[in-house]
Amino acid sequence: MKLPIYLDYSATTPVDPRVAEKMIPFLVEKFGNPASRSHSYGWEAEAAVEEAREQVAALVNADPKEIVWTSGATESNNLAIKGAANFYAGKGKHIITVKTEHKAVLDTVREMERQGFSATYLDVQENGLIDLEVLKAAIRPDTVLVSVMFVNNEIGVVQPIAEIGEICREKGIIFHVDAAQATGKVDIDLEKLKVDLMSFSAHKTYGPKGIGALYIRRKPRVRLEAQMHGGGHERGFRSGTLATHQIVGMGEAFRLAKEEMVEENKRIAALRDKLLKGLSDMEAVYVNGDLEHRVAHNLNMSFAYVEGESLLMAIKDVAVSSGSACTSASLEPSYVLRALGREDELAHSSIRFSIGRFTTEEEVDFVVKLLHSKVGKLRELSPLWDMFKEGIDLNTVQWAAH
Amino acid sequence: MFAPVYLDHNATTPLHPEVLEAMLPYLREQYGNASSRHEYGRAARRAVDEARQQVAAATGAHATEVVFTSGGSESNNLFLKGAAVSLRPGLLAVSAVEHPCIARPAEQLARQGWEVATLAVDGEGRVEQGAYAELLARRPALVSVMLANNETGVLQDVAALAQAARPTGAWFHSDAVQVLGKLELDFRALNGAGVHALSVSSHKIGGPKGAAALVLDKRVELQPLIAGGGQERNLRSGTENVPAIVGFGAACALAARNVKENRRRLADLRQQLEAGLHHQGARIFGAGAERLPNTSYFAFPGVDGETLVGYLDRAGFAVASGAACSSANPEPSRVLMAMGVAPELARGAVRVSLGATSTAAQIEEFLGVLKGTLERLTSLTAMAS
Repeated sequence: MKLPIYLDYSATTPVDPRVAEKMIPFLVEKFGNPASRSHSYGWEAEAAVEEAREQVAALVNADPKEIVWTSGATESNNLAIKGAANFYAGKGKHIITVKTEHKAVLDTVREMERQGFSATYLDVQENGLIDLEVLKAAIRPDTVLVSVMFVNNEIGVVQPIAEIGEICREKGIIFHVDAAQATGKVDIDLEKLKVDLMSFSAHKTYGPKGIGALYIRRKPRVRLEAQMHGGGHERGFRSGTLATHQIVGMGEAFRLAKEEMVEENKRIAALRDKLLKGLSDMEAVYVNGDLEHRVAHNLNMSFAYVEGESLLMAIKDVAVSSGSACTSASLEPSYVLRALGREDELAHSSIRFSIGRFTTEEEVDFVVKLLHSKVGKLRELSPLWDMFKEGIDLNTVQWAAH
Repeated sequence: MFAPVYLDHNATTPLHPEVLEAMLPYLREQYGNASSRHEYGRAARRAVDEARQQVAAATGAHATEVVFTSGGSESNNLFLKGAAVSLRPGLLAVSAVEHPCIARPAEQLARQGWEVATLAVDGEGRVEQGAYAELLARRPALVSVMLANNETGVLQDVAALAQAARPTGAWFHSDAVQVLGKLELDFRALNGAGVHALSVSSHKIGGPKGAAALVLDKRVELQPLIAGGGQERNLRSGTENVPAIVGFGAACALAARNVKENRRRLADLRQQLEAGLHHQGARIFGAGAERLPNTSYFAFPGVDGETLVGYLDRAGFAVASGAACSSANPEPSRVLMAMGVAPELARGAVRVSLGATSTAAQIEEFLGVLKGTLERLTSLTAMAS
């Protein structure tokens, strides 16, 4: 068992060796620029790109023509929101999103606000799910775009995408979904889901970093203002030389995901159940996010009466995260946990465990033991824990200033 | 396996074996997200930092001036659009021979209230002094002129152009994507002359596709193109593409080490090539100007470029007609049009761009095959008429 144990699959995943194997030839011998029309190096690269496009489309039941390559889900989110909002600005300038979205969505929507759009950031319920009535109430005649992520990166909950799609389609509102954490974990059928734009990431699904895609619906046709101009690649949606090896990697990763998702989900669910059972027999621990509408891979838990930083340092043998990777440099408590109604203290003492393809039972057992030990020790040192054990309701305490 | 001789290095380059070595661990065990706080993340962060130093060293910049992007096109978009948002709409000047990833963003800015002036070039493809002086008198806010043209290889005296622009206070950018690795590149010196930003790219120097940089004077305030998690000091959000960045860094280290020798070697090979081309009656575009040492852009009167390139490919030589990015487009090269080349001649354009794997024997063989191909093509044309 290699230490530290990696339980941070939501931050990034290892490239599956089978994916790496497919990629390497296109990094080495087959290095042609896919846009080179004048020789076989280029044609070979182009063919590989188109095959990968089919593989990505197949995972989500889309037409390959609806898949546009980007440098990652962050770029896809930017392209979807800026591209759609700017194109449809004549119809209206109101955007709706959710407080628990990834920063790639939130910061982009804030950027649109600075450019004269208005935005509504929906609250979520205590379980992390949005209330469809709240969404409906937020819709205005000038709403042009709704953006809701499929699977939350911090707490793993799955939003009611199908229902939201129905609502948006009925009102003629463009519906964007950040599916970076969803591929390979939940079934995605874009023939059934009334989603107009969907962002994909490779490195969350055992593919390489640096490559993603944006699904852009053709029936009915969705239009976007391009954000990256130049040689006209990707039918004008996104200019720039395509990185063949990265694209081949994403295609293969998504192909494997399609093939293995059902079986893998079973295995991961069993591991998650083990982890949850093992950790839940401690007092005052809570799972963040709905227990039913979630992916098996994610378990975000708060350990009361344990100081967050100390806990993270104590469990250095496990690579996890508190809050999302993209914000873990800041010591602010997670805005997602705050949106669930968690107070700062509890939000600070939270750990996101995310399980993946290469996680073993042995690793889960180790983590359970380690958490029991460290949480126990830290609580022994905590006067708040003593008070809790004595039955004192800490909310009623009048703390004296020093 | 049919492996044509690759003579299209300006389109992209084969990965250097040392670069592959550097990258592999990051496609295998070292998979951390550079923003993660645990050891996997910290190792990734260290790798990105080291690559940043390598890119800085190869471009004569400071590490804090290097912003990683996903490609040269993105770097160019980031500068132009990012600068335009920071400034109020004014006058933007770009040369008439810029790559589409400068020309198209410029058109986009024109749609957003900017006035765009296109700087005319002379018959050799150099920015016209008179046109430039006129432009400067109109006090542009932004100027972008590429250091070397990807089609002709023609060099612009960017230091002099930037120096002349200083009194206007314009922010000056140069697309240096084709220069890194072929000629010495010194951002410090260029910055001293008034250049505020350079774009460079990994896959033109034996590095992987998917990584590039904007080398940026920190006094320039850019609005980021891609918002989100705040990476690259908020200038470019998105999980860092560690393997590609590591590869880019390694390629930069190699490029810096080899540039002097490379330059001489490529110049000799190009000399050999063009002696042969002259002998066969080629017209070489931009030959009267200073050019990149590796590029030869030429045409044979009466011979269609696309057709010639197709024959050459079948005969085992990978070259280009027009730039890769637009080789699907049957229009004659915009660059050649700007140089005043007649459309019929421009349609004959073929570009040979040499690189790390090019040898004298390849050039010899190429010239032989070219001769034979030309004979076939001209006799076919004779038969048709």
